[in-house]
Amino acid sequence: MTYNVQIKVMPLKDLLDPQGKAVMGGLKNLGLGGIEDVRIGKHITLQIEAESEDAAKALADEASKKLLANPVMEFYEIEMIN
Amino acid sequence: MKFGIVVFPGSNCDRDMQDALQNDLGKEVIMLWHKDEDLSMFTTDDCIVLPGGFSYGDYLRCGAIARFSPMMKSVIAFAEKGGKVLGVCNGFQILCESHLLPGVLLPNAHQQFVCNNSYIINSTGGKALKIPVAHGDGRYFASDELLDELEANDQVIFRYCDSLGTIDKQFNPNGSLRNIAGIRNKQGNVFGMMPHPERASSSSLSNVDGLDVFRILGMN
Repeated sequence: MTYNVQIKVMPLKDLLDPQGKAVMGGLKNLGLGGIEDVRIGKHITLQIEAESEDAAKALADEASKKLLANPVMEFYEIEMIN
Repeated sequence: MKFGIVVFPGSNCDRDMQDALQNDLGKEVIMLWHKDEDLSMFTTDDCIVLPGGFSYGDYLRCGAIARFSPMMKSVIAFAEKGGKVLGVCNGFQILCESHLLPGVLLPNAHQQFVCNNSYIINSTGGKALKIPVAHGDGRYFASDELLDELEANDQVIFRYCDSLGTIDKQFNPNGSLRNIAGIRNKQGNVFGMMPHPERASSSSLSNVDGLDVFRILGMN
């Protein structure tokens, strides 16, 4: 069966995110008040052929751990779509 | 001691490195294609260089995809056998992603690509060396425990400083922790640095401080 998996990769909370900081400045210049913090990460979708949802999730987890995210600087969350 | 230089898709300092090693240091150099994996012509007395550039377009994270190229598998095995490996700029990023060196290179704190001369100083002292930097992701980051360990083991080889050798935040071009510009692994055979010694190794470039960098790394 084919499973659609979404992976959210974000910079670790303690880390300075210069990209988010720059966008924050842009939002301020736009005149939008009330936005106190911006952090930018990645949204990755995988289409996985697997025997079960658990197997698909385990594969996505391995892909995240080995390549898609670097635990020194990022954390990730996996969400099954179907 | 001969050198191998790995060429990845997107490498752009490979020919500069070849020129510096061949013409400025008088070394034998073999260019290595990322899709090959043969390193049988090298012994552990030799050195494999990962040059600067934007391997695989810097997609995902700098150096993340290069890590899984066929040649990198051989380079990792070569390093584990005790062979020397030097990564400059993108090469340093690849070494961190490959876990041959600890820590990671994050986007510069000021969110700008930095391209100018910086001064660096070796951990054992000596004079400040003027070496060019050119990178967008050079902010060395590691946990406090790891940084303490690196310092305790004398693994921090270069720090950013001024022309007199004063190490201070204001002379740090990217916001790297503890002004770190280059490190080595615990065993002392894998070296990574953001500044480009190959761009400062010839009198025709009006700067030969890069030769001192190669000397400090034991590669002259």
